[in-house]
Amino acid sequence: MTKYIRRAAALCALLLIALLVNATRIQVLQSRVYDDNPANRRPTIARWGQPRGNIVVEGRPVTGSKDTREQLRYERTYRDGPLYAPVTGFASQVYGTTFLEHAEDSLLDGSDPLLSFLPLWNDITRDRNAGGEVVTTLQEAAQRAAYVGLGARRGAVAALEPATGRVLALVSRPSYDPAVLSGNGPPVAEAWARLNGDAGRPMLNRAVRQTYPPGSTFKVVTAAAALDAGVVTDLDAPTRSPEPYTLPGTSTSLSNEVEGCENASLRHAFEWSCNTVFAKLGVDVGLGPMTDTARAFGFNDSGLRIPFSVAPSSFDTEMDRAQLALSSIGQYDTRATPLQMALVTAAVANGGSLRSPYLVERTTTAAGRTVATRGARTLRQAMNPATARRLRELMRGVVEDGTGTNAAIRHATVGGKTGTAQHGIGNSGTPYAWFIGWAQADDAVEPQVAVAVVVEDAEAVRGEISGGGDAAPIAREVMEAVLRAAD
Amino acid sequence: MTTKAGTTVAADPSDPSPPAVRLLRRRGVEFTLTVVAVLLSMYGYCAVGLAKNGTVPPGAADYGAGLGVLALLAHLVVRVRAPYADPLLLPIAVLLNGLGLVLIHRLDLETPGDQAAPAQLNWSTLGVALFITVVALLRDHRVLQRYAYVSVVAALALLVLPILFPPVNGARIWVRIAGFSLQPGEFAKVLLAVFFAGYLAANRNALAYAGRQIWRFKRLQLPTGRVLGPIVTIWLLSVGVLVLERDLGTSLLFFGLFVIMLYVATGRTGWIAVGLLLACVGAVAVGWLEPHVHSRVEDWLHPFASIEAGEGPGQLAQSLFAFAAGGLLGTGLGLGHSVLIGFAAKSDFILATAGEELGLAGLSAIFLLYALLVERGYRTGLALRDPFGRLLAIGLASIVALQVFVIAGGVTGLIPLTGMAMPFLAQGGSSVVTNWIIVALLMRLSDSARRQYDRHDGPQDRAAAFGRGA
Repeated sequence: MTKYIRRAAALCALLLIALLVNATRIQVLQSRVYDDNPANRRPTIARWGQPRGNIVVEGRPVTGSKDTREQLRYERTYRDGPLYAPVTGFASQVYGTTFLEHAEDSLLDGSDPLLSFLPLWNDITRDRNAGGEVVTTLQEAAQRAAYVGLGARRGAVAALEPATGRVLALVSRPSYDPAVLSGNGPPVAEAWARLNGDAGRPMLNRAVRQTYPPGSTFKVVTAAAALDAGVVTDLDAPTRSPEPYTLPGTSTSLSNEVEGCENASLRHAFEWSCNTVFAKLGVDVGLGPMTDTARAFGFNDSGLRIPFSVAPSSFDTEMDRAQLALSSIGQYDTRATPLQMALVTAAVANGGSLRSPYLVERTTTAAGRTVATRGARTLRQAMNPATARRLRELMRGVVEDGTGTNAAIRHATVGGKTGTAQHGIGNSGTPYAWFIGWAQADDAVEPQVAVAVVVEDAEAVRGEISGGGDAAPIAREVMEAVLRAAD
Repeated sequence: MTTKAGTTVAADPSDPSPPAVRLLRRRGVEFTLTVVAVLLSMYGYCAVGLAKNGTVPPGAADYGAGLGVLALLAHLVVRVRAPYADPLLLPIAVLLNGLGLVLIHRLDLETPGDQAAPAQLNWSTLGVALFITVVALLRDHRVLQRYAYVSVVAALALLVLPILFPPVNGARIWVRIAGFSLQPGEFAKVLLAVFFAGYLAANRNALAYAGRQIWRFKRLQLPTGRVLGPIVTIWLLSVGVLVLERDLGTSLLFFGLFVIMLYVATGRTGWIAVGLLLACVGAVAVGWLEPHVHSRVEDWLHPFASIEAGEGPGQLAQSLFAFAAGGLLGTGLGLGHSVLIGFAAKSDFILATAGEELGLAGLSAIFLLYALLVERGYRTGLALRDPFGRLLAIGLASIVALQVFVIAGGVTGLIPLTGMAMPFLAQGGSSVVTNWIIVALLMRLSDSARRQYDRHDGPQDRAAAFGRGA
């Protein structure tokens, strides 16, 4: 019997070995397959198992976390959620993350290896770092001024510091409170459905993700191209342009909404926004130089990140001369985000040098150790410094004598350009009101703020929408807020 | 495991006195190891509290004291009534039971509405009480041989009993009386082992040598119809349990137990062939025909099918996730998420918690503890002289081995999952009580085994029988 007992024991040993080999297979050799299965909740639980790091505006966090004691333990909260929603985006336990919450996700949730003190330390201890902080470049006063200024109207505002590219305000209306999407469960699903079904598209960040026809504000780019190319050398010399202007190769004639554009000087045409003059100027400059200048200002650049991506603004590169004429006054295929038009203004204000826009000043660990900082970087030289100086002069004239007097600020030099962009089939849509501008306090050495405002208001009567009337006062509020903060 | 005093004295040829009988008892070793087992369990309990709440749980001292008193009582009774018993059995049982309580307590923290640890502690107390009773009252295991047929009748009655009760989660293996849920099948295992041992000890020669040969090989000798009868009965019983109670695990266990004991008793490989053939036929037939069993097989083949179907991970998938999350060293007690398994996380799937929080290292340690338990049982079987005792020891050890394999293999995806309790570790009163009885019987058997050598043999034989030579 002893022999058979030993054989039975050998069978038991075999079973033991099978268990051990299989356990090794699952726990060590193939564990990654199981760990990475999307149905495995463990990464999600770990991600929400600690408070998320905060997004900070001027030293104060605009986000927070609350302990729900549920399986996904910490839920995102927001201070002034709708005000900062275009910047923060949301951090939802169900629907993922957007904007800064998305772009800085690994830092905020603590998984970024840069947060750990020693490399690979967390892989050994199985710990997770506390979420890091994201310090933004926003100015609360400017942000609030833009938000209040737009009020119930649809539109967006982007404001930059021209010398550095720091984003001072980024507002989109209508907005929403991202906190409603933070958690999980039926209320979040309802909020998600409601926000997605809303005709006003509150989750659309119009400042960076929506392109509009820039209308007359694009004349800044056309003027820069004309001055750079030497097509215009004297701001006050007549431009020999007819009124109405017949688009080359067609019988379509272009007219103006203001008087005195025939043969007007560039200064007059800029201050009073003569379509005929700028359409002809664009054609005179030619397609090549026009597209070069537009590209230098940032058009047709699909790689821009601030750190979340910005929808590319477009200036068509293959057009006939009639289309080029329309494009030169910001119509036809030309489209721009509000941030792009703020960049155009900032380049003018900064002597032609375009700074790369950025929203995150620096990132730190929870304890305050700096992880990364972001300084001013030059994107490219958009135009000659001399051209920039002359454009500043033209833009100043718009606010002092022309269509943009609503943007004037006491004790400051303000330059600007209004725009009223037609759109829709046969220009049937309610036009968009634009204002782009910059401001420099009298005691400052350089312009401190560049801003772009667009107001799309479907409910206003068509004739009442205008850049000077609707958009310029908002821009003024934002610029004033920045200048006041600098005092 | 040899005590220092023991080896020194036994190995010293100049010692004029006869080999010291007392020194083989090794109760000191048992005591020390039992204390270690209690301390390890207490440590685990504190680790859970520290991980979950950052403090040593207030009940740690009570828990340690409770487990310690139980272990101490068991040890004292062994000291008095079974002084020659194997010194490893009790510490292993205490450690596994203590660890099981820690794991169940740990999962209780995730399910505030469902506290299983207190009941498990009560059942453990009852188990230890029965352990003490068996060790104290059963002076000689051979007495049990007389009750072989009583045992089989009782076992059948226990097996049939749950059919009268409503099914729970698809399986008719529960009896609910006055708020208590019992699994009579658990007790039936021990009774069946007693019956098999008694029946085979009496009939092994007839089974081994009677019958006609197929071809000319003795290996493929088939037994006569008369001796075949009881075996076919047992096979039918297994299939009957499977079909009527939808309990694949228990029927697998019964049949495996029977085949092993039959083989050990007769040494006929032909039995193994016949047994495997019958098992395969039964398993395939039931696997195809019985939807409950069929779905288990499907789950085993495709554990992620429910994920691909968009219904989220099933229990087995969650169990595999838990094991994988543990990795080599585990997350640490209290820091895993095995509660995601949901239903049966504390019972059938308790091993997943151990795998996630203690890692492959801890899981291997647990497997080795079971292996050691089984090994001590087999050694006892080798050391004993009477066929009944040998077969009983092998049977009881095989119950543990098969049960561990069936459930551990099931939750790790090695074989189709069948509902069965991990001995000592899993939540389940009937199971923990039964396992304490098994250990008590093994204690009694090993006591007899060592006692006989002590009375009649010299030290060399002893050495040959215990460890070194064997």
